[in-house]
Amino acid sequence: MADLSVDFAGIRSPNPFWLASAPPTNTGYQVQRAFEAGWGGAVWKTLGNPVINTTARFAGLHLGAQRVAGFNNIELISDRPVEANLREIYETKKRFPNHALIVSLMVDPKREAWHEIVKRAEAAGADGLELNFGCPHGMAERGMGSASGQVPALVEAQTGWVKEAARTPVIVKLTPNITDITSTAVAAVQGGADAISLINTINSLMGVDLDSWNTIPHVAGKGAHGGYCGPAVKPIALNMVAECARHPEVNVPISGIGGVSTWKDAAEFMLMGAAGVQVCTAAMHHGFRIVEDMIDGLNNYLDEKRIARVSELVGRSVGKYTNWGDLDLSYRIVARIDNETCINCNKCHIACEDTSHQCIERHADEEGQPFLTVREEDCVGCNLCSIVCPVDGVISMVELPSEAESMTWNERQTALALLAKDREEPSAKEVAQP
Amino acid sequence: MNDMLSRNFAEVHSGLTPTEAMDESNRCLFCYDAPCIKACPTGIDIPSFIRKIATGNLKGSARVIMEANPVGATCSRVCPTEQLCEGACVLNDASKPILIGMLQRYATDAAIRSGERLFAPGPGNGLKVAVIGSGPAGLSAARELARFGYAVTIYEAKEKPGGLDTYGIVSFRLPQDVSLWEADQLRTMGVEIRTGVRVGVDLPPEKLLAEHDAVVLAVGMGRVPALGIQGEQLKGVYDAIELIESTKTGIYAGDLDGARVVVIGAGNTAIDAATCAVRLGAENVKIAYRRTRSEMTAYDFEYRFAKEEGVEFRWLTAPKRIIGDESGKVTHLECVRMKLFPEAGKDGRAVPVPIEGSEFRMEVDAVIKAIGQTRLTGLIESYGLEHERGVVSIDPATYRTSHPKIYAAGDVVFGQGCGEATVVSAAQQGKLAAYAIHRELNQQSAETA
Ligand SMILES: Cc1cc2nc3c(=O)[nH]c(=O)nc-3n(C[C@H](O)[C@H](O)[C@H](O)COP(=O)(O)OP(=O)(O)OC[C@H]3O[C@@H](n4cnc5c(N)ncnc54)[C@H](O)[C@@H]3O)c2cc1C
Ligand SMILES: Cc1cc2nc3c(=O)[nH]c(=O)nc-3n(C[C@H](O)[C@H](O)[C@H](O)COP(=O)(O)O)c2cc1C
Ligand code: SF4
Repeated sequence: MADLSVDFAGIRSPNPFWLASAPPTNTGYQVQRAFEAGWGGAVWKTLGNPVINTTARFAGLHLGAQRVAGFNNIELISDRPVEANLREIYETKKRFPNHALIVSLMVDPKREAWHEIVKRAEAAGADGLELNFGCPHGMAERGMGSASGQVPALVEAQTGWVKEAARTPVIVKLTPNITDITSTAVAAVQGGADAISLINTINSLMGVDLDSWNTIPHVAGKGAHGGYCGPAVKPIALNMVAECARHPEVNVPISGIGGVSTWKDAAEFMLMGAAGVQVCTAAMHHGFRIVEDMIDGLNNYLDEKRIARVSELVGRSVGKYTNWGDLDLSYRIVARIDNETCINCNKCHIACEDTSHQCIERHADEEGQPFLTVREEDCVGCNLCSIVCPVDGVISMVELPSEAESMTWNERQTALALLAKDREEPSAKEVAQP
Repeated sequence: MNDMLSRNFAEVHSGLTPTEAMDESNRCLFCYDAPCIKACPTGIDIPSFIRKIATGNLKGSARVIMEANPVGATCSRVCPTEQLCEGACVLNDASKPILIGMLQRYATDAAIRSGERLFAPGPGNGLKVAVIGSGPAGLSAARELARFGYAVTIYEAKEKPGGLDTYGIVSFRLPQDVSLWEADQLRTMGVEIRTGVRVGVDLPPEKLLAEHDAVVLAVGMGRVPALGIQGEQLKGVYDAIELIESTKTGIYAGDLDGARVVVIGAGNTAIDAATCAVRLGAENVKIAYRRTRSEMTAYDFEYRFAKEEGVEFRWLTAPKRIIGDESGKVTHLECVRMKLFPEAGKDGRAVPVPIEGSEFRMEVDAVIKAIGQTRLTGLIESYGLEHERGVVSIDPATYRTSHPKIYAAGDVVFGQGCGEATVVSAAQQGKLAAYAIHRELNQQSAETA
């Protein structure tokens, strides 16, 4: 049994699995049920100025048989009185002193407003605070949420105000609706953030109903953009976490959010630098009980890898994430098709033929049985065929011994520049000889 | 094992491929408070183990299965899933039920391959329990008691543990490796399995009772009873269970190659014996049953399997006499046609009555008796246990017999409206007996402390 406990910026949690600030953490009843089910922590549904929510709030993206591949919402922050929330936070913390209870906050971009809400949340017993600079809809129209979160100077200033009043760790939750996530991450750090969490939801419109021509979802015939999350956003979130993790100025713990549904997703986020993860959509799809397999699966994985503590995973893959210019251009892989297990759907052939490099050939043996071969000299090793192949293990991408010395684009450009310089100033080189 | 047996008796269904398992596990809805869980006599948390397959946590998946059912690998192959879990799947209405049995097999196969121990024994509590019989009921009781911290010894008459799972259910449905792995899991938990010890023959029953704090009687049933007709001693008349056993242990030396065979009976055993005969090279195999398909106790999937294997059914046909030649070898089976009387008999089924003058003869080379199993009344009486025609009487809530220290589970109590004679209900009864023992002994030690 590995040790799954984490210390996230000074906040202790029995495991790295927290519920993200969202409907699952709307009430004390829910958060307590979640802790009973095994969640290590919860970020309470965002508190702030009173709001009114619409009915019709969510929509799901179903891809074939896969329900809720993506999820979209136009819900605002908590629509319950702040006092009621604070009372339940207090009760919950009292019942579960060893679980992490973080309170998410969002108020007008004013110093006094932040000071006041911070004090109230901490008085209720919060182990930490999360500043919601991410909500992309509704609140942003009022100058809060992602409207603040897209402007590095506002992120820095507001984080600074919070830090003036806060005694517990401050986590800044970032919006992904921005070109370079590290600009706001750095701003948060400069404002004094103890940690960052990302991502909040991505601007989205789920669909249009082809009979009524209404948006999906719609509120009395009208729609507004929502926030997108769920399994579909994981790659976007993972990249943003990794970009922050490898940025030298983002030197605070990261809470990874976005499409985490299983222990595997969590392990990936942690390898890419997250010190813990938060989950919303997967819990909304299946209930709190999914955490049991998250814990069990992660435990078994760590045992199998002979890793004693989950914290040892954190950041182990960050060094492998770099700039394109630092990738080895001499590395070569090619596709190999195992005709023993191939089911002859020809998906790889047509994908390569129409949209890649025309190197998967169709043949038939003496008995007329079809089989496929890869013309390796023309294969660029793009992976497309192995991606479209429906049967695991039929197409493998195998490494060839590289014909040339390892060379990245950046090294190549540097070498070329040196060469050009040599040609221009042959005497200079001679002079430089020792 | 000889070549013919290993070739013809290889498992019929191959397991799911990883792709199939991934597709199928992702099809599961992960229902909340799922009906499949309630339909499983051992209450396996089915949605949980299937989700673990989908998330790639195969070890966790096998643990969920084996935790609820200590013979979960066997059950994945022999349970009547259409009647149980799969029959309850909510997707029966919307599309097709999830292949729960096959997924269960996928996860447990992985555990068998890994060979890892799945459960640790509890810290020793100083109490000793003897389990007589290592079939599913005995293994299951022993596993649970070991987890509670009891020192458990299983006494098994046969050379290998597993009961009918190891010796009675044909290899092409259940290879021996599977039930032997389940028994090995117990050994890794410190349970001692003493094979080759027949209680009442090799060990006095009282000694066992005196040396242990409780005894679990899980001896199952005996051999196939006599038909009570003429010619039973002829060469070419087989006991179904002995025949199957000889194929599982590799000592089969019969002569069914090219034979015309009639199997008498229509339960699980008859089907297994008939399909077994097919694989032993019989030219023609018929099952003769005195009632009709609707009264037959074999499951639908077994009936379909037998038909696929080419077994023919002769309904409303009862054996009257087996006829042999001068050398003592079977040549004919004389049968009589039956009629069903609609008013139900004692067991609630229609009563078959012979039609006078309808006798006829079939030319046969072998007759296989598969009309149930006898009761092990000798051992039961040596403990002075109350029983009804060999069915040990128990308190249905605790599985305690008329002797306060002796509990009974599995086929040995089957027949009192107590579950079915299946592996899965034997396993559940074994668990329940273990819990009752634990409750009782805990209470006793609390009182004396
Ligand atoms: C041919 C056949 C096919 C079957 N097919 C299926 C099927 O597909 N699905 C299904 O669910 N069920 C099936 N069954 C039924 C199933 O096998 C039994 O219900 C189940 O094995 C009962 O378990 P048990 O532990 O009570 O007894 P058993 O499995 O009979 O085990 C009893 C054990 O006790 C041992 N024993 C007996 N006396 C003594 C003694 N004095 N001392 C020490 N040890 C002793 C025996 O050697 C044996 O190992 C089948 C049965 C048969 C015969
Ligand atoms: C219905 C809904 C409401 C949400 N409300 C909030 C909120 O009040 N505050 C907040 O910080 N994030 C909110 N989020 C964003 C989630 O906390 C989380 O960042 C996002 O859903 C990505 O994680 P996921 O892919 O696991 O769902 C909400 C998400 C959903 C789906
Ligand atoms: S989940 Fe369904 S029942 Fe519950 S609040 Fe939403 S719409 Fe209503």
